[in-house]
Amino acid sequence: MATLSSLACPMPIAVNTHIVLGHGSGGKLSADLVRDVFLPAFGNPALNRLDDQASLQMASGRIAFSTDSFIVKPLFFPGGNIGELAIYGTVNDLAVGGAEPKYLSASFILEEGLPLKTLHQIVKSMSDAAARAGVSIVTGDTKVVEKGCGDKIFINTSGIGVIPAGLTLSASLVEPGDHILLSGPLGEHGITILSQREGLELGGELKSDTAPLHKLAQAIIKASPQARCMRDLTRGGLSSALNEIAASARVGIEINERSIPVRETVRGACELFGLDPLYVANEGKLIAIVPASESSATLAAMRLVDTGSESTDIGVITEAHAGLVTMRTALGTMRVVDMLAGDQLPRIC
Amino acid sequence: MCLAIPGQLVAKSEAEGILTGRVKFGGISREVCMDFLPEAEVGDYVLVHVGFAISRIDEEEARKTYEYLEKTGLVDEELAAMRASDAAAIPTLQETVVELKA
Amino acid sequence: MKYIDEYRDEKVAHGLLGNLQRIATRGWVLMEVCGGQTHTLMRYGIDELLPNSMQMVHGPGCPVCVTPLEIIDKAVALAERPEVILVSYGDMLRVPGSTTDLLHVKARGGDVRMVYSPLESLKIARENPTREVVFFGIGFETTAPANAAAVWQAQRMGLKNFALLASHVLVPPAVRMLLSSPVNRVQGLIAPGHVCAIVGTRDYEALATEFHIPIVVGGFEPVDLLEAILMLTAQLEEGRAEMEIQYTRSVSAPGNVRAQRIVAEVFEVCDQKWRGLGPIAKSGLRMQEAFRAFDAEAKYDLHDIAVDEPTECISAEILQGLKRPTDCPAFAGRCTPESPLGAPMVSAEGACAAYYHYRRHEAVSLVSIGGN
Repeated sequence: MATLSSLACPMPIAVNTHIVLGHGSGGKLSADLVRDVFLPAFGNPALNRLDDQASLQMASGRIAFSTDSFIVKPLFFPGGNIGELAIYGTVNDLAVGGAEPKYLSASFILEEGLPLKTLHQIVKSMSDAAARAGVSIVTGDTKVVEKGCGDKIFINTSGIGVIPAGLTLSASLVEPGDHILLSGPLGEHGITILSQREGLELGGELKSDTAPLHKLAQAIIKASPQARCMRDLTRGGLSSALNEIAASARVGIEINERSIPVRETVRGACELFGLDPLYVANEGKLIAIVPASESSATLAAMRLVDTGSESTDIGVITEAHAGLVTMRTALGTMRVVDMLAGDQLPRIC
Repeated sequence: MCLAIPGQLVAKSEAEGILTGRVKFGGISREVCMDFLPEAEVGDYVLVHVGFAISRIDEEEARKTYEYLEKTGLVDEELAAMRASDAAAIPTLQETVVELKA
Repeated sequence: MKYIDEYRDEKVAHGLLGNLQRIATRGWVLMEVCGGQTHTLMRYGIDELLPNSMQMVHGPGCPVCVTPLEIIDKAVALAERPEVILVSYGDMLRVPGSTTDLLHVKARGGDVRMVYSPLESLKIARENPTREVVFFGIGFETTAPANAAAVWQAQRMGLKNFALLASHVLVPPAVRMLLSSPVNRVQGLIAPGHVCAIVGTRDYEALATEFHIPIVVGGFEPVDLLEAILMLTAQLEEGRAEMEIQYTRSVSAPGNVRAQRIVAEVFEVCDQKWRGLGPIAKSGLRMQEAFRAFDAEAKYDLHDIAVDEPTECISAEILQGLKRPTDCPAFAGRCTPESPLGAPMVSAEGACAAYYHYRRHEAVSLVSIGGN
């Protein structure tokens, strides 16, 4: 057991409580960071070799490959943090392509001065999130930028997943008559983040919906052999996903406002700030487009998965008004749901 | 022009000479300045614009008006039903109400 | 949500429409003054449900749309100063001035912050004593009391680093101008409920009498608007021209006297330029002498900034209800919410933007309730 005297050392002990430029130098401090922070959290045979690349055993067939970078303010928010987002974001991008997520890379841009404790917390969350999503983090990198040249921490993750043989999901397969299934209430992530901004604070049980969707996606594929496509509803929300599908598949889309779930928390915030939940970001929601004949079985299967327990059937693909998304309002009228150019901003008029 | 939303006043307090209240909108709440509406009491619904309560919702007035509006809706439903069903059973007002409640 | 959900009820809306169809014998032309009401009409497709020949035209009641170009340029000039923190409602951040908008100034390093309430700007001023905080306060009569309260509090707190860049407009003078126009087509007016929650209904009674036109003070939900339209139609069919209140749950004849008092204490009525409409006598508010120290235009000597509006925009005709957005050759082509040529396209509430978002594709076969 180490005693105080055995720790005594003629060399000065570098007790770093914060990230310094040296952590990105590739020298001893970098190695310390890998040994003390990353390996204990992410350790697995492929990563532990610490080679310049991970060498992976893959089944033959098609793989899915995706990358995403994560910036969020604040780093920790009700319902999640940047680390979880970084894992689930890439996992979900793979999952909605029908792939089983397997391996992730994790690359960090750290700002000088970031407390090591914060990095530890984020890395721990990533490790837990990776376990929940059934993926291994097999390679990574760290760079440090001078104070003022970043915003605490940016994370990039890339991921590889295995696509089951014979499975093709694509917006181009969408056909008139298909149903659109939504996995749960809209807008929780975006509104939670907004409510953390100075001056826009809100009380209540607002919580980000950050969650991995791989199980839900697998359940959909199993229940709907002819599933057309899936999309996760991140930036731009439901509206962007639907508009993209309508444009690329040259079909019309008609959704029903009444069947789109929105929690009372998000409702209240949207009414107060004049926002439309259709455009607000989610981090644990997807839509699946499936043939009408498979829609009720798929919906039932989605509801059995915890991340899909509040799934609803929100509308259909139409032959009419190709390229255009319309919505039947609560009043029974129809309106166009277009795509926004930028983020929605809270408004007073 | 002016987005103002009704919410329920759930608490009142005073800080640095500004009368404030916590107002609940659906599932969220927010601090609101009550200086223009000091007479509002906890439990009242108030109309909030840019963080200021500007008017107390007159619940009695709202109830009366809405009852009239609902009747308008019902009467119209009945007329539609009568037009739709030649000699078939026409629902009574009471049945329509039951149906609506269900 | 109570007082919202029930006013979006399909059955009640259906009932009101049924009544409207029964009593409307002519294609009355009605105007909703307020942009919030325009937004509701478009979003719920209410104008599509009206008996065929009835027409809604959209008034000038969008404070973002009518804020003069030069005030935005002044805000931009202030935001570009390194010592200034420019605080604004979210609405104004994307509105282009003659060269750029506030979001772009922020991107280039300007300290531009968004708030929901003007009182937040006081907090920012207190927390940043070495910086100059300018609150970009725009609005109609509804918002003026809150902006006035911020100035009043700043004086009480002895804040030296706070100022207000104000653009306040008043509805009645603009309505008077529209109704006096020799080409006016508007036969009935939905008055803005939230403005009246503050100022009361006296001015609107006067307008109804002066122009012999029915005026109904209306709310903002679909059922509110349908009821207001029904009340106006009933007046027109019966040959009445009175001021009535539809939005009785929130509006009383005297309005909010406390809010009126603070406006009177801090501001005074002045002539005001409206984007799209030009100058209108006694249609604005400016800081009283006692509060001049908080007037950003005086404090930073911005009076020299003056610009002309682009000539291609037909917003004057749109804001007066003479033309519809789709009548404009630039609509959805050279003029879009991303690069607007004029006022009504700049705000989500502007008539042109509302048409653009909800109605751009008129080809859609719109199925309506009410079976007409």
